[in-house]
Amino acid sequence: MTPLQLLFYVVSVIMLAAAVGVVVARSVIYSAVFLLVALLAAAGLFVVLFAPFLAIVQVLLYGGAVIIVLFFAVMLTRRPDDPQKLDNPQWPLAVVAAVLVFGAFASILLGARWVTKAPGPAPDLAALGDSLFTQWAVPFEIASLLLLVALMGAIIIARPGEKEE
Amino acid sequence: MIPLEAVLAVSAALFCIGLYGVLARRNAVLVLMSIELMLNAVNVNLIAFTAYLAPARNIGQIIAIFVITVAAAEAGLALAIILRLYRNRGTVNVDEVDLMKW
Repeated sequence: MTPLQLLFYVVSVIMLAAAVGVVVARSVIYSAVFLLVALLAAAGLFVVLFAPFLAIVQVLLYGGAVIIVLFFAVMLTRRPDDPQKLDNPQWPLAVVAAVLVFGAFASILLGARWVTKAPGPAPDLAALGDSLFTQWAVPFEIASLLLLVALMGAIIIARPGEKEE
Repeated sequence: MIPLEAVLAVSAALFCIGLYGVLARRNAVLVLMSIELMLNAVNVNLIAFTAYLAPARNIGQIIAIFVITVAAAEAGLALAIILRLYRNRGTVNVDEVDLMKW
């Protein structure tokens, strides 16, 4: 087993274990910490799959920004009667649904014939930026517009109204 | 060499774990975290396909960048909605917010 394979399997096991931790933890804070571990492990997976830039973006945006936002959400919505029940009464149905969907994915995975050639490194960062600003310029601009609209929408939704102040 | 199927199996498992979280949790913040897990599974898939099938064209990494952008916008908006929900109803449990349920 090559070091790359070993890294892939170790990182995958860490990621899946942390993801299970997110969905079964008995406290929202523990879930957030497990999510941080899972997202950082996903960044490691990106490195194995020849996407170092995506790994850096993942650490900065998810490990930094999104986790901070989630911690804010947890802190601002805590009630004195914590810990309370975090799961639906129908959670066994959710297990069934998740297992069924995984079964569908597994049958597709086992049924198809996949390429057997080795993965290759993607073009460097300069080529990525080049195609982002030429071939993908319109989606890029739409994404920036989306971020602006989301920013304004979040401010308008979260701002206290005149009556509440 | 890592087989492509192994990467796809890992991301399918991650997606299904996130799906379970979305369906089974009743705290809106935990539902949001599970959605982030599902989006990450999609990103792993995109990057795996681009590395194995068309590394020279690199479409998957660009789409993954867009997915991360949309996920960040979604997290910010979801925080705003959860804060508003908590202020108006005093709860963030999605099963207690059933005003529009038939």
